[in-house]
Formats: sequence, C-alpha cells, structure tokens
Amino acid sequence: MGNDIAMTNPAFDVARGNRASHAALAIGAALVLLAASLPWWGESSWMREFVEIACYFIFAMMWNLLAGYGGMVSIGQQAFFGFGGYVMLMLGNFAGVNPFVAIPLGALAAALVAVPVSFVAFRLSGGYFAIGTWVIAEVFRLSFANVSAVGGGSGTTLTALRGIEKATRESVTYWMALACAVAAIALVYLFLRSKRGLALLAIRDNEVAAESQGVPVQRMKLAVYVVAAFGAGLAGALYFVGNLRISPDAAFSVNWSAFAIFMVVIGGIGRIEGPLVGALIFWALNKFLSDYGTWYLLGLGLLAIVVTLFFKQGLWGYAQQRWGWSLFPTQRKLIQSDA
Amino acid sequence: MTRLLATRGLQAFYGDAQALFGIDFELAKGELVAIIGSNGAGKSTFLKCLSGLVRAPRTAIEFKGEAIGGMPAGEIVRRGLALVPEGRRLFPSLSVEENLLMGGLTQRPGPWNLQRLYALFPILAEKRQLPATSLSGGQQQMVALGRALMSNPEVLLCDELSLGLAPIVIREIYAAMPAITGEGMTVVIVEQDVTMAQRVSQRIYCLQEGRVSLQGRSDAFTREQISQAYFGL
Amino acid sequence: MIETFVQGLLLGGLYTLFALGQSLMFGVMRLTNTAQGDFIILAAFTAIGGIALTGGAPGLAALAVLPLAFGFGYALQRYVLNGTLGKDPLPSLVVTFGLSIVIQNLLLEMFSADPRAIEIGGLATQGVQVGDALSLGVLPLVVLATAVAATAALQWLFAHTALGRSFRAVSDDREIAELMGLDARKVYALATAIAFVLIAIAGVLQGMRTTVSPSDGPLLLLFAFEAVIIGGMGSFWGTLAGAMILGLTQQIGFRLDPGWGIWFGHIVFLAVLVLRPQGLFPKTKG
Repeated sequence: MGNDIAMTNPAFDVARGNRASHAALAIGAALVLLAASLPWWGESSWMREFVEIACYFIFAMMWNLLAGYGGMVSIGQQAFFGFGGYVMLMLGNFAGVNPFVAIPLGALAAALVAVPVSFVAFRLSGGYFAIGTWVIAEVFRLSFANVSAVGGGSGTTLTALRGIEKATRESVTYWMALACAVAAIALVYLFLRSKRGLALLAIRDNEVAAESQGVPVQRMKLAVYVVAAFGAGLAGALYFVGNLRISPDAAFSVNWSAFAIFMVVIGGIGRIEGPLVGALIFWALNKFLSDYGTWYLLGLGLLAIVVTLFFKQGLWGYAQQRWGWSLFPTQRKLIQSDA
Repeated sequence: MTRLLATRGLQAFYGDAQALFGIDFELAKGELVAIIGSNGAGKSTFLKCLSGLVRAPRTAIEFKGEAIGGMPAGEIVRRGLALVPEGRRLFPSLSVEENLLMGGLTQRPGPWNLQRLYALFPILAEKRQLPATSLSGGQQQMVALGRALMSNPEVLLCDELSLGLAPIVIREIYAAMPAITGEGMTVVIVEQDVTMAQRVSQRIYCLQEGRVSLQGRSDAFTREQISQAYFGL
Repeated sequence: MIETFVQGLLLGGLYTLFALGQSLMFGVMRLTNTAQGDFIILAAFTAIGGIALTGGAPGLAALAVLPLAFGFGYALQRYVLNGTLGKDPLPSLVVTFGLSIVIQNLLLEMFSADPRAIEIGGLATQGVQVGDALSLGVLPLVVLATAVAATAALQWLFAHTALGRSFRAVSDDREIAELMGLDARKVYALATAIAFVLIAIAGVLQGMRTTVSPSDGPLLLLFAFEAVIIGGMGSFWGTLAGAMILGLTQQIGFRLDPGWGIWFGHIVFLAVLVLRPQGLFPKTKG
C-alpha cells in the first residue's frame, strides 16, 4: 500500500531506510552471530549478566511500546512480569513442562490475563491509569503471596531444572535470552513499520482525530496492551529461569517499572533505540556504581528527574534531533526522485 | 487621529502554520471598529495576538504608545485591553457572579462593577448563583461580555458575540453596546454577520486568508465590494 | 461488629488526611503526585529529626513542620513541577517517581531502615470509654477530628474565597484564567503549598500513631489514591467518604483474616472502578 503513490506518480518515491541504518542492520546481524557463539569462549558470569540485561531490556522495550507508542503510561507492568514467571514455574514444577518451553507459554498466559485486566485498567487515564496499574500489580502480588503451593510470601525454587548440568543450563538459558531479545526487537520494529504501527502513531498524537479517521482506537489500545503484557511475561519467565528462585516481592516489585522508566526516559521514549541505549547506560551504571547502594539509587532518581526536565526527548532523542541519528527508521519519507 | 492601538506588519503562527501575514491596523479612542472575514481568515487569531494569547513580535503591537507584543495576557489586561473570547469560555466550575468577579481580579478603577452589570443585564442578577454554563447561549454571552467589562478596560475586544445565537438574541446583545461605548469605551468587534458589523461600526476591516483585503468607513462600501474582499475574488 | 465499624471510621480519618493533598493537586492542575506517600513519611521523619536535634516537645516539632512544608511545597511546584505540566502525563509521573526514590534513599541514608516514631508518651495509648464495650483511642479520635476539619476547611476555601475561585478557574481553563490576570504558575504553587501542609499533618499524625520507616511511602500513596477514586474526583467530602469506605473495607478484611485486610481494600477499589468508574460521589461539572 505504501508504494501506491510511487506507482501512480513516478516523481515520488517512498523511502524508508537510509545508508546508516542498512549498515547498522548488517552489523547487528554479525553481532548476534558473535554473541551466539559466546558459550564456547566466554565466561559463565558474562552469560548470567547478559540474561539479566536481556530481561531488563525486553521489559523496557515493551514499556516503551506501551507508553511511547500506545500512549499508556503504566507503573504496573510488573504484574505481567511476575505472572509470566509464576506460570512458567508452575508449568515446570507441577505439569512437567520443560521450563525453556514454558517461557513462551508464561508469556502467552500473561497476554491472556491482560485482557480482563485491561477491562479494569482502561477505566482510568493519564496519571491515575498509572497508579491504577500499580494497584492491580499489588493485587497480583498479594494474591500469589497467599498461595501456599508456590511458597506463599517467601516464594519457591524452580525444581524442574534440577537434573540438568550447570554449564548446559547456563548456555541454553543464555541462548534463550538472546533469542528473546532479538525476537522482541523484531516484533516491535515490524509492528511499528506496519499499517497498524502508523495507526498507533496517529492515536498517540491525537486520539480524537484518529477516531474520526476510522482508526479503531479502543481495539488498538487493547492490542498494544496485550502485546506489552506478552513481552513483560516473556521477560519475567526468562528472568526466573535464570534466577531459579521466585518470590512475590521479587516478581511483582515496582522496581521493575522504575527501572524500565529510567531506561526509557534516559534513552528517549517513543524511539526504538531508546530502550537499547537506556539499558546499556543502566547496565553500565549498575556495574560500576551499585556498590554504593542507596547513593546509587538516589543518583538514578535525580538523573531521571534532570533528564525529564531538561532533555525532554531523552539522551538518544536529543542526539536524534541534534544530529539526525537513526538506527531503526520507522518514518516513511517522501523523496522527490530525479526522474 | 490619536492612535490608541495599532499593529504594524503583524505576523502570527500556530506551530509551523502561518495564520497572519502582516496586518496593519489602527484604532482611535472612542471608535467602534469591526473586523469581518470568512472562517479561517485570521480574525480570532488577530484578537488573540492583541490580548496576549498568541505570541507576537514585541514591536508589532502598540497600545497607548507601549510595545505589548508577546506580553503575558495578565499584563495586557492590567493595561486596559480586555477580550471577550470566541465561544464565551466561561468557567464551568464557577457561578455567574463568580465568573464576573474573576473579571474584576485586576481591580482596575472605572465605572463598571457588579451592580452596573446587573442593571445592564437584569437576567444575570436573577441567575447570579447558578453555574455559569447552565445558562442559555445568549445569557452566557452576556456573562462573558460582563466579565470583560469588569476589568474596566479602555479597549474591549469582542470575538464573535453572535456565534451560535438566534437573531433576536444577537439584537439584544448589541442593544447593550451604546451603554458600553457611551462611557467612551473603544471597541473592536469580530463579526460573522456582515450587516450587523456594518451597522454598528464606524470603520471596518476585512481579513482574507491572513491579510487585510479591505478597510475604510463602514458606510463606504457596497455589498459587492465587501463580497469580493470577503472571498478574495 | 460495632468495634470493626468504628475502627474502620477511625482508619478512614487517617486515609482522608493521606488523600486530601492528592485530591487537591489533581483537582487544580491534573498532576498525579506519585511521591505523595513518601512526602508524608518525609514529614514524619522531619519531625522526628527535629525532636532529636532540639530535644524539644513533639507538639512544637509538629507545628514547626507545617510552615516548612508550605514553603517546600511552594518551591517544589514553582521550580520543579510546573515544568512537568501539560497534556502528557509522563513527565510529572517520572519526576514525582524520581522524587519518591530520592526521598526513600535519602531517608535510608540518614535514619537507616529501622522504624521510628514520634514519642508522645501516654497519649498514644490513652482511650476514652464509650458505653460498656467500646473504648476509643484518643489519638485516632484526634486524627478523625482533624480529617473532618481539614475537609471542611478545604471545601470552604474552594467555595467561598477568592483563592478558591482562582483554583477552580485555573483548573477549568488555564488560558482564560491568565486572561483574567492570574499567574497560573503562582496559583499552582499555592495549591501545592497547601497540599503539603496537609501532607505534613498526615505525616506527623502517622508518626505519632505508629512507627514509620523510609520505605513506607508507596503503600500510603496507594491508599490515598484508592480513597480519591472510590469517593469520586472533584469533591473533598467525596474523598473523605472514599477514605471511610476504604478504611471500613480494610477493617472488615482484617477481621476475616489478618493477611487479607489490604488485599480486600484493593478488591473493593477495583470493584468500584469497574462498576462505577466515576466514583461514588463525583462532582459533575457545568
């Protein structure tokens, strides 16, 4: 459809990529291949760290999709993160399902539970929607804390992986994380480049105008919410396969949302590269400063405040505006061809 | 003439879209000037620039010898320039009387106060405690007009007083004009109703796509001349 | 049964104080203060710190916190939060969320994670005998009385004063309010200043009735928020009613099973949201 104009009027071309982004795609593919080979030459601690970063990144990416593109700011996505984790664990421990297979199943479960949850959450909007999602996450937390079969308030361990050798488990977990991260990027990127993605941008910019143009706003918002829940559940299930131990406080902690917000705000909301840049900065800060405990967190909070007040587009967004950087172009540019 | 209010080459933008392309305008004390033009011609934008709701270059607007372009709306109203906004824009959470009191916030000295307004528009006295937006369209227009008068301005800007009102109500509103101008108030009205505009004003400007297409004494133009200027033919 | 009911009302009084500031800030400028609970805790710790530093009386420390809170709230709104206002809810959310983290960690650094309290001696446990079976705590009664007084005062301020008119006008239509000569930035700052006085009162009373620790904030926020939503936005008496209902449902929940008290409150909140999203006593506009 996007090329109809180009076909009837050859003076115009609809261009999407640019040379820099094509190069980046090639480099990205090479990096993924390199990363996949890590278990053969890297240390196991690197793989564990990568799994953790991948979880942060996927969660942040999905939060970005929901807030930046769906226009819904939520501080309750941890509900789906924890739900995905618990479903994975229950399938693994009680139903004999291979935990690695249970990861996408946990994500699916999170997506399914997002539908009734949205029925409640969508009653609110704006700042109150955000807090409402937090309440819902708290309900999830308190509910699971009262289920003794999964250890109640103190949680339980993932016993289903007990028989597997440590090195194998770590390698497979690592590959799983790599696959999930790549899949998440691909999912979001392709979604946003599609017609549905354009509709989403229209809704984000002006909901009323979009509705008047025939865009099914409510359905699209639900779609985004469900996709974001799927991603959050994926990150959660993956995290607890890596962690082997789950508890309600860890699974449903609001810190997940806090970190996601931090990563996306620093990196720039509503831009695909944002969560990536933010996750990398977050990881770096974590690596070098987390020893400082409370001062580190205090610094993170201040940084988020300063960036929000003075760099409204995030650091990556600032770069994009200033120097026109773009790795994941989703805009369609109308270029007057020389014909 | 002694210029009370003047604009010189006034340009205005909404984001990237240009709405005014260089308006030259003059207003002398005691005049009633009308601005006409079709929808989107820039009439409301012009009044918003004058009253500080839309940005304008500092020297493009001069009021009582002072450059007021781009000044905050509160500062401009304190200097004696008040706007009756398009669409009334009353405060729904406030009663009729409270809306009027808001107008008097700047406490500028002058003849207009609550009693005077209630004398001019008795129906408002009757409904003073009711929520302002529960009144009929015409009555709401009276409240909006009264609210602007409460600031005792020297220049009153009226943006489409007749919008959405029945002809009989429009006549009622304009019947109050002599009481307003009688005190020496200078008035600018933006009007869709060309006949009414020509009747009540001494001079008239016609805007067309952000430019002045016609200006002069209100009685000096034929219907045809006005049509041409109106539609840019 | 009556005991539960009364305890619920007393708890509701406390929640009213948590929620009034939230209701005020949202009502005037559509700002969601996610650090509401943390500021309440901060106020409590300020009083505790003040008492420790000066060895003074808790009553004096409590009173001293109020003007501090007023000034702090004014400055916060004027120089930080005003920059976050607008159609997008994200900036105010991120900034207040960031403040929440900063406050919690600052308090952790200064006071460690141990729970502290504002010692008021016997007053904390004193009771008043009502009838045969009922004994009401003096402090909870003070809290309830303060809550009702604060609600009435806010309602009066909004309905009968020039400042209240300004609040309502600027909340209705900021642009036209500025046309009237109001400086919206200053009006917003005053609203937040008043909200912070309420926060300070809530914090001090909370510190007197129980222990406080640096990470208590978020839960208080949720209670405040639930009270506002259940009661319906746009009315302070509505917020009080919502707080009462929340307090009651929590007490009933506690009675049924100590582990389910707060959970029950959440469920009732969600039920109200689904069945009557505008709240139970919303103010309809125009």
